[in-house]
Amino acid sequence: MTVALDTGPAAHPMERVALVDLLDRLLSGGVVISGDLVISIADVDLVHISLRALIMGIRDELLGEDGV
Amino acid sequence: MTDASAVYLYGVARGLDPTALGDVAGVADAPVRCVEAGGLVALVSSVRLDEYGEEALRANLENLAWLEATARAHHAVVGRAARTAPTAPVRIATVYRDDDRVAQVLRRESERFGHALDRVTGRTEWGVKAYARAEEARAGEPDGSAAAVPAAAPPAETAAGGTGTAYLRRRQEQRRRREEAGRRLADRAQAIHAELDGQAVAARRHPPQDPRLSRRAGTLLLNMAYLVDDGDAERFLSVAREIDRRTPGIDVEVTGPWPPYSFIDVDEPSRSPGDGDR
Repeated sequence: MTVALDTGPAAHPMERVALVDLLDRLLSGGVVISGDLVISIADVDLVHISLRALIMGIRDELLGEDGV
Repeated sequence: MTDASAVYLYGVARGLDPTALGDVAGVADAPVRCVEAGGLVALVSSVRLDEYGEEALRANLENLAWLEATARAHHAVVGRAARTAPTAPVRIATVYRDDDRVAQVLRRESERFGHALDRVTGRTEWGVKAYARAEEARAGEPDGSAAAVPAAAPPAETAAGGTGTAYLRRRQEQRRRREEAGRRLADRAQAIHAELDGQAVAARRHPPQDPRLSRRAGTLLLNMAYLVDDGDAERFLSVAREIDRRTPGIDVEVTGPWPPYSFIDVDEPSRSPGDGDR
């Protein structure tokens, strides 16, 4: 079993956490509360545009690797 | 917008000693401070509107490097607070005009935050993913061996018709086996979940991860978060380890402890004092 436990020093909580696991939580979890400035970015939008960012980032990275 | 700055809210804690935050840096490397009101402590830092204003955010959220930096900073702050006091994270990119507005929100939503904090006090979120190894996911699929052709296939009568029929049968058989293997894996995933769920007070399913993002070989069978009483954490982890040991072909991956991102269920402000839905 792979365990990615938070055993690091207190100054660096879960430093090794995988971005994909973090985004599972940050983009769909937490208290949803209206801010003053960004009221028109709905939850769905947030998840959608951020996933697009992820896919595009990965693609860029792959293309970059291929180019070398 | 004279000073062109705003306040980024990370989460809301109860009974947090502000010194516990130490020198943790927030988004854009800004120092984190506390705003107290309504018996709650909000974790905030100042941000620039040209980075965190609405228009800028829309563009920045599509920039992977920016998104990652913001997500990691958000997590660092919430994680630090959650180690020492019950903490309810808020959704990423929640921004207010100033500290007074944050204090207003704490007072206005104190009941809602209170419910959320009650739910997670003394509990921790753990992530569990289960992967079927490639050979397990392929189990039942023909791997080029002659056994893939069902014994029932009649010998070819004529060259053309026989080949076509055999081909179709083979395809059908492949599909049937693949579906069967998929069902078997789903059943095993369900059994794993049921066992872990027995050690937890709540569970939530996360969507399957794109393998390009997880960089993980194998088929993702389960992507779960469990909320576990702190007193039961050791047992929960040993159950996960035990499952991993006795299910060859399936890898169990545990992450955590997490702040309770996945267990903030209060979708709407409490409308009436009658709390019938819990």
